[in-house]
Amino acid sequence: MVANRRTFLRQTLAMGAGMGGISAGGLGAFGLLSPAWAKDEPPLGTWPAGSQGNSVGIGVAVPRTGTYAVQGEDELKGWQLAVEHMNSGNDLMKKISPKTSKGVLGKEVKLYVADSAAKPNQAVQAQQGFITQDKVVLMTGSTSSAVAVALNKLAQREKVLYVTGISGSNDTTGKDCVRYGFRQNFFGQTAAAAIAPVLVKQFGKNKKVAYMTPDYTYGHTVTKAVQDATKADGWTTVTNQVSPLGAPDFSSYLLNIANSGADLLINVNWGHDAVLSIQQAKQFGVLDKMKLVVPYQVPFLARETGGLMQGVYAATDYWWTIEDKYPLAKMFNAEFEKKYGYKPEWGAANAYVSFAHWARMVEQAGTFYPPAVIKTYEKGETIPSLVGDVHYRPEDHQCIRPVIIVKGKMQKDMKNKEDYYDVIEIVPGAGLMQKPDAFGCKLGDYT
Amino acid sequence: MFTWANFFSQVFNGLALGALLALISSGLTIIYGTLGVLNLAHGAMFMMGGYAGYVAYDATGSFIVAVIAGSLFLLVVGVVLERVVIRHFYQRPHEDQLLVTFGLSIVLIEMVRLIFSSLSKSVPAPPLLSGITSLGITFYPTYRIAVVGIVAVALLVLYFVLFRTRLGMIVRAGIEDSAMVDSLGINVDRVFMVVFGIGAMAAGFAGIVNAPIVSLTPDVGEAILVQTFVVVVIGGVGSFPGAVLGGLIAGEIISITSMINPAYAYIMLFAAMTLVLVLRPYGLLGVRGRE
Repeated sequence: MVANRRTFLRQTLAMGAGMGGISAGGLGAFGLLSPAWAKDEPPLGTWPAGSQGNSVGIGVAVPRTGTYAVQGEDELKGWQLAVEHMNSGNDLMKKISPKTSKGVLGKEVKLYVADSAAKPNQAVQAQQGFITQDKVVLMTGSTSSAVAVALNKLAQREKVLYVTGISGSNDTTGKDCVRYGFRQNFFGQTAAAAIAPVLVKQFGKNKKVAYMTPDYTYGHTVTKAVQDATKADGWTTVTNQVSPLGAPDFSSYLLNIANSGADLLINVNWGHDAVLSIQQAKQFGVLDKMKLVVPYQVPFLARETGGLMQGVYAATDYWWTIEDKYPLAKMFNAEFEKKYGYKPEWGAANAYVSFAHWARMVEQAGTFYPPAVIKTYEKGETIPSLVGDVHYRPEDHQCIRPVIIVKGKMQKDMKNKEDYYDVIEIVPGAGLMQKPDAFGCKLGDYT
Repeated sequence: MFTWANFFSQVFNGLALGALLALISSGLTIIYGTLGVLNLAHGAMFMMGGYAGYVAYDATGSFIVAVIAGSLFLLVVGVVLERVVIRHFYQRPHEDQLLVTFGLSIVLIEMVRLIFSSLSKSVPAPPLLSGITSLGITFYPTYRIAVVGIVAVALLVLYFVLFRTRLGMIVRAGIEDSAMVDSLGINVDRVFMVVFGIGAMAAGFAGIVNAPIVSLTPDVGEAILVQTFVVVVIGGVGSFPGAVLGGLIAGEIISITSMINPAYAYIMLFAAMTLVLVLRPYGLLGVRGRE
């Protein structure tokens, strides 16, 4: 576009309004823990200004327009639900962050929301505003690892914590990792390591593969991760169709793939790009010639592609039917559905859990002072999540958590209209991770 | 990845892609050529044509009805917008026109998002034109082949209206000297309204014809708008035949580059535009002094 659209929607989500003063359960209990930090440390980032009042703010920069709008809107629902639960002391929130009852450290949590359109510059501009004007104590946002990487850097520079929204690039907790950034969700490396054995078992060795790759950090790292993970079994790349984010048409790429003689199409495109490229792959007869695989699953993809995900393998972060195995997932599904009227997808689940983990760390640190919160994450303690117990790796701030392999259900096997996938396997996270320094992560300073 | 089969399929794909781009660009160029207004809401109108068609298709199940509804709805939208907003900007500087049409596009896009959400909507191709056809060298979606024909007919109709009718004559005279046309007793004001309506209708028509190829989202016009501008600049701003030529060139550039290096397909489009701007600033078929 000629000019930059700046949809600057500010919402204040204050559920339990009017929390005058600090509740007894809040600072009373944890005040004892904080003096070591509070007294010795000079102001840092938005600390202490951001947490001196009765409330604390979180800045959200999420795509509400553009290619990733659907997924962004979904993430926002997860964050809104989490904030509501923090302020009301909901049972599910307490299961993850036991000390959170009326806000975090007794302070009501408010959300400030801006549209990022999945553009790094727009996201940084919005968050800069939230830091300066609203003194937010935490930032979140992304879909688009390009945004995540940019906000990582902003977080480190401004010394304000950042937890990613959806970000699939290896770089986010790899070469572009920062001391002030944390990621809960799965990413290229773990997705590829989890899905590769399943694919080889299903389709056999020595396959010719065509890739569709969005042209930025997420696309390149995920494609490479899948290539590396399948190399040992003789899978080769016959073509890699790299396209810009938000390409209006995929016909020329699909013709190249149709003429490539590939056995499989591994589609790394995301958001609406995934929807459009899969629908057009169908139009061009590509899906009749080769098997489709989606290594980094896209929320609402099955719904939006109208049956084209049937029989398709994908790696994902969360799928609601795991609730039979994980009680917290069941609680989350119920809470989410009660508020929004449909089953949650992984963007919302990741958003919720990221916030709940942050709340837990802050409560445990007993202060909002960022280095104290970071060091609490870095203890690497085992903590609950919707997919069982997880922990954050101190070396790169990546959450070690399972990856879920799903396969699109045939229409006739669907038990209800949202029963799109069979969960094939839940692969534990520890074995999927690269060595902490493999992707060049250097976290940087605390202060 | 070069093979002759792939090369010929890409050349054909370039033609099909170009035809669509030509159709979308024609509405933009007609409005600019006649009214001097660079309409940044053109992408939004394209998108609304698709959604209006989607609603009509949903209600009737007929693709023909959808095409008619999408086009007529945008004709009405165009006329209303022209009367209420645009006509006050004919005498204003270009910056004002850009700002107001840009603003309009945001309003229109977000209105559609409010009603339909960002989740994509599909309009299937009519049963007769769905499926895949063998072109000998390659398989190609039947509907996309049909679109080449549909667009050719639509462009011919537009050409006829602009160059072979009394209305077209007045329009073209109005471009040259609207004061003189006015003094001849012709209501230029009304002609301009009609022209804006036709331009919007062309966008709406393109939107619904394009709908079975893409899935509709409120942002569908935004991505295409950028390309449309490239097409218009290459062909010559305000030139109707230029839009057609520019569209075809753009389609071929995207297709053929993708075969050599897919990552450069869209970048080459801008490289070509830059080249044209340097060597022939008024575009390939543009008229000097009107750029």
